[in-house]
Amino acid sequence: MEKIKNKNSLSLGESKWVYAPSPESTSHINLKKQYELFIDGKFVKPSSGKYFDTINPATEEKLSSIADADEKDVDKAVKAARKAYDRTWSKLPAKERGKYIYRIARLLQERAREFSVIETLDGGKPIRESRDIDIPLAANHFFYYAGWADKLEYAFPNRKPQSLGVAGQIIPWNFPLLMAAWKIAPALATGNTVVLKPAETTSLTALKLAELIADSGLPDGVVNIVTGAGRTGAAIVNHTDIDKIAFTGSTDVGKLIQKAIAGTKKKATLELGGKAANIIFEDAPIDQAVEGIINGIFFNQGHVCCASSRLFVQEGVADVVIRKLKDRLETLIVGDPLDKNTDIGAINSKAQLATINKYIEIGKKEGADFYQSSYAIPKKGYFCKPTLFLNASQSHRVVQEEIFGPVLTIQTFRTVEEVIEKANNIPYGLSAGVWTDKGSKIFNLTNKLRAGVIWANTYNKFDPTSPFGGYKESGFGREGGLHGLMPYLKF
Amino acid sequence: MPIKTTLPDFSKTPTIDQVGVEERVARFQTRSIKKESKVQGLKLALNMIDLTTLEGKDTEGKVKQLCYKAAHLHDVMQGVPTVAAVCVYPTFVKLAKKELDGTGIKVASVATAFPSGQSTRKVKISDTHFAVDNGADEVDMVISRGEFLEGNYAYVFDEIAAVKEACGAARLKVILETGELSTLENVRRASEIAIYAGADFIKTSTGKISLAATQPVTLVMLETIRDYYYKTGKMVGMKPAGGISTAKIALQYLVMLRETLGDKWLTNEWYRFGASSLANDILMQLQKEQDGVYQSGDYFSKD
Repeated sequence: MEKIKNKNSLSLGESKWVYAPSPESTSHINLKKQYELFIDGKFVKPSSGKYFDTINPATEEKLSSIADADEKDVDKAVKAARKAYDRTWSKLPAKERGKYIYRIARLLQERAREFSVIETLDGGKPIRESRDIDIPLAANHFFYYAGWADKLEYAFPNRKPQSLGVAGQIIPWNFPLLMAAWKIAPALATGNTVVLKPAETTSLTALKLAELIADSGLPDGVVNIVTGAGRTGAAIVNHTDIDKIAFTGSTDVGKLIQKAIAGTKKKATLELGGKAANIIFEDAPIDQAVEGIINGIFFNQGHVCCASSRLFVQEGVADVVIRKLKDRLETLIVGDPLDKNTDIGAINSKAQLATINKYIEIGKKEGADFYQSSYAIPKKGYFCKPTLFLNASQSHRVVQEEIFGPVLTIQTFRTVEEVIEKANNIPYGLSAGVWTDKGSKIFNLTNKLRAGVIWANTYNKFDPTSPFGGYKESGFGREGGLHGLMPYLKF
Repeated sequence: MPIKTTLPDFSKTPTIDQVGVEERVARFQTRSIKKESKVQGLKLALNMIDLTTLEGKDTEGKVKQLCYKAAHLHDVMQGVPTVAAVCVYPTFVKLAKKELDGTGIKVASVATAFPSGQSTRKVKISDTHFAVDNGADEVDMVISRGEFLEGNYAYVFDEIAAVKEACGAARLKVILETGELSTLENVRRASEIAIYAGADFIKTSTGKISLAATQPVTLVMLETIRDYYYKTGKMVGMKPAGGISTAKIALQYLVMLRETLGDKWLTNEWYRFGASSLANDILMQLQKEQDGVYQSGDYFSKD
């Protein structure tokens, strides 16, 4: 508290003006002690009888027990999906399909507050993000694809689009509900039925979505949700009665999936890793570019496949950009994800924190200049300070490999040709950012950068109408927009 | 004080991305300021107010009442600071100075043919001398927006430098009247001109046109101050004025200040609010934090 010595000139003295904690209430949420598998419209126990814990990464406390599905359970789910496809969903007029999807979207909006809090508890992301981005965007995806359900003939004129059948969908832990929406909404709109597996560390919002879907009156078996780890995922990939695999996750697993489905009739879309370049030219709006750098790498603790983890700054402005970046780092609040003022929440799991720390050690050994903000992080829970590696080289492993955490490497460049070469010199090609005042420069780069999504003078902007997906080892197929319908259709 | 830094090329277009500025501003607005940090912030804001009356119908009686209010915002409550300054027309400086004697509250005077600035250099300088000779601690000048929009940046620069000289020991606040400058690039350019010409404070608006202080404009001005500080190590003050009438908005401005320039600027030596009705809303919020309930506006004096 400030001392009032002189009434005319209030001084905080040594103490700083800090924001008092402002945590979001958790009293309104409804979490069960144990969650079952959602198969054929009912919650059923796993055949093995096994369960695993899901924990809150910010406190390391257990939130709930989650059923562990094996091959038998997956087979049951696929059979339910096939039955629903054959008997009800593919027979339903498209207009009626749309109505169900609209209903899911509206219910999600109504329960947005509960979903945001659970997303934050289970995954560690700041409540500001789950409240303002994840949940509203998930609802928007359902709204958007609901609109397409009865307009497929117009989306693809004279091509007679037809549904595929049963889609097996496997999603990651970084945007649990949003990825479920990205997968389920277009699959349902195009008339397919679904078996979806959420990531094992973040199953809760998918299971809450199962409850919501049950409430929506969607015919039994149209959406089935099975929980578990890699083995459950493998059972989906290898099941012979699945027509399509949609996967978002690591490049390693993506490669395994491609091997497994080679020679089968299964269609696939893979949305894999990334190591995006964010390129700042001398004529960029510098202060806004600094915000774009912050948003590009520290959004969702850097657990974003399209995160701009490689920063390229033109040499003329490198000093000022880096100074501003360091100052901005100091204002980032790292801590309780439920606090409305938190900018950077908890790392999703102990294993992921270990991976990030491993890379930080590698970066230090490789000799890039290590820098972290001075903000004190909580002792309990999985947290990582926002981290910079200055003066990094193209040959450093921290520059080449995906870290999936709040770690940014910084390189400088001199010419446009040089930065294009360096930006493309990576096995990934998911996204990139370009910051310049000059439109022609933007279009030159968007033509030459091999990345599926390129943002100009902004970063990490998502919209249901805009297709998203990668080049090279970042995968293939597009999600979102009109393009997002195609992977679920045959012509 | 000689400026060692090379002058920027004012004719070069500074690059500002309006969408990005607005996004950043939206983030300040979602900071949740509660409990002790709210009380602390509200007191700071109160202490940064330049309590203002700038009307054609101002009289000695009105100015006297305002000065009393400045020193006694709400005597029934403990621990309430005073405002930073009282801001009046030059003709009332002498009176305000007398009324505020011994309170430590500064007297700020508008000058240079406020609010339009449409007059000769000679008149503007003599206006400034009059205010300073009558005892003004601070001078709030307006820039020549017409000359600025015509591209006569040297004219605007020289005029500010001349007024600064006329100010002597008084601190100079330079009003850009951003509502007439139309783009953020222009706001950035005008801020640079004012700062390099010797402004102690840069100020958004006269309060005399409807488009007064906005948060995007204030952010661009703070960022200009920061860039100057990076280059020279010298601090420049900021004063958003006009349209800031509630405690909630004032706190958002303080959040912006804290996260852009840092704690060093969180004092009335470097930050002011030009406002007339803001003080009572802050007092009402402070009373609510103390008692837990809102009181009627009739418990707070309106001067």
